[in-house]
Amino acid sequence: MTRVLTRIGLALLLPVVLFAVWWFATANSQNFYVPPLREILSTFPEVWTGQRLRTDVLPSLIRLAAGYTVAVLAGVALGVLVGGSRRVRAVLEPVLEFFRAIPPPVLVPVIMLFAGIGDTMKVVVIAAGCVWPILLNTVEGVRAVDGVLADTCRSYGITGEARLRHLVLRSASPQIAAGMRQALSIGIILMVISEMFAASNGLGFTIVQFQRGFAIPDMWSGILLLGLLGLALSVLFRLVESWALRWYHGQRRVQRGRS
Amino acid sequence: MLLEVRDLKKVYEGRQRPVEAVRDLTFGLDAGDLVCLVGPSGCGKTTLLKCMAGLLAPTGGEVLLRDKRVTGPPPGMAVVFQEYGRSLFPWMSVRDNVELPLRNKGMPRRQRQELVAGALAAVGLADAHHAYPWQLSGGMQQRVAIARAVAYQPDVLLMDEPFAAVDAQTRADLEDLIRDLWRELGVTILFVTHDIDEAVYLGQRVIILSSSPTVVREVLDVDLPDQRDQLTTRSDSRFTELRSHVYAQIQAAKRESTVGSHDAARQTDLARQVLQ
Repeated sequence: MTRVLTRIGLALLLPVVLFAVWWFATANSQNFYVPPLREILSTFPEVWTGQRLRTDVLPSLIRLAAGYTVAVLAGVALGVLVGGSRRVRAVLEPVLEFFRAIPPPVLVPVIMLFAGIGDTMKVVVIAAGCVWPILLNTVEGVRAVDGVLADTCRSYGITGEARLRHLVLRSASPQIAAGMRQALSIGIILMVISEMFAASNGLGFTIVQFQRGFAIPDMWSGILLLGLLGLALSVLFRLVESWALRWYHGQRRVQRGRS
Repeated sequence: MLLEVRDLKKVYEGRQRPVEAVRDLTFGLDAGDLVCLVGPSGCGKTTLLKCMAGLLAPTGGEVLLRDKRVTGPPPGMAVVFQEYGRSLFPWMSVRDNVELPLRNKGMPRRQRQELVAGALAAVGLADAHHAYPWQLSGGMQQRVAIARAVAYQPDVLLMDEPFAAVDAQTRADLEDLIRDLWRELGVTILFVTHDIDEAVYLGQRVIILSSSPTVVREVLDVDLPDQRDQLTTRSDSRFTELRSHVYAQIQAAKRESTVGSHDAARQTDLARQVLQ
């Protein structure tokens, strides 16, 4: 119990310090662009009302969820295909490396040409950026399937779909999860960026609106909200991951204990 | 004959030159046999076993299971690998590991559960159904792999040095387990090992292989009583004779691959004398 408390204490230590530094450093700030934290915090509940959460935050989250889901499905499916065959890999790998090297935000203007400026564009941008880490990690995970386990499956006649479900995907799942974690932060970035280009609602759009209207404390409160949102999503991700991969973490603990 | 190996040959295409792992092997197993294959280290035992299991295509010759040529893993065969830690699914409980091949066969649920419970009880793991494999000791993990193979109800059970990576005491227990399973369930077992004592203790017959490129050096009937136990069998004078004979044969096989065949012939003579 004390251990848990110590860990929570350690985790909160730096945020509290940073918060305090921000608070006191800006307490008497006369700079229009850097308002006191006190002011930002008091603006927060006024700006992010239930109404605003519904009209701006929720659409952003739905776009993120849609784009992210598409990226996970496409990344894993393609990754299994590429990782499973040396020939497909030889053909696709250079191209994949090329696309991966393109920073996803530059795709926004391009994708706008094809997909317009609606929700589709934003979902496509998010998916196009998120897919790479998932895809590449899945490829690695699928390639690393243990030879003895693969032989075991073959000798028991576990092939095709059953093999994919019980061997390939499960064995690659730690890497897939690592890719998904990277993709999540990319997704949040792209969600905001895509809304800054062309949108009529959303978190990114609202923050830019505040900035253009010189509503500086409101703008800062939006940035704060984005940070909190990212934090909440990553905590949620960790919870789901540690449940889904409890076998993996357990096995790692045992192996570390033995060696 | 249940399982037949005829003129089996396996050549690996090496980087510089082809490597002949198995030259020419012919032997067979009848239903209900417990045969041990023993040979010097690196004599291609695993290659042979993989060819028999349909996991590796032989360069020449053939493997027949119930007179049908093995071209891929046949349904009537189960393999227990040496690397127990890597042959069980770490994301599945012990029970799911044993059950998966049965589910894959499309066996009805009730029957599956009975077989799984029976197999786990037979290997002494009746209370470990819900554990993950990695929560168990090495010996227990290998028991799970054996239970999975037994529950599958194969015609032939192939075992590739299954106890090479467990400690000596566990190993003795597992050897007795194999003898018990064999007598009680009547499975046909081919047991590959590099351990001479183990081969003689377990087998009804011992097939001694030469060094690579591998041929059958001798097929030895083990005329020890069916009821064996670690204490009395291992101190039996006949056991000692048999193991000395196998030992001499293996030594001769090793020498043959390094020195000329003259010396090896002398060793073979020595081996004969030991038996008489």
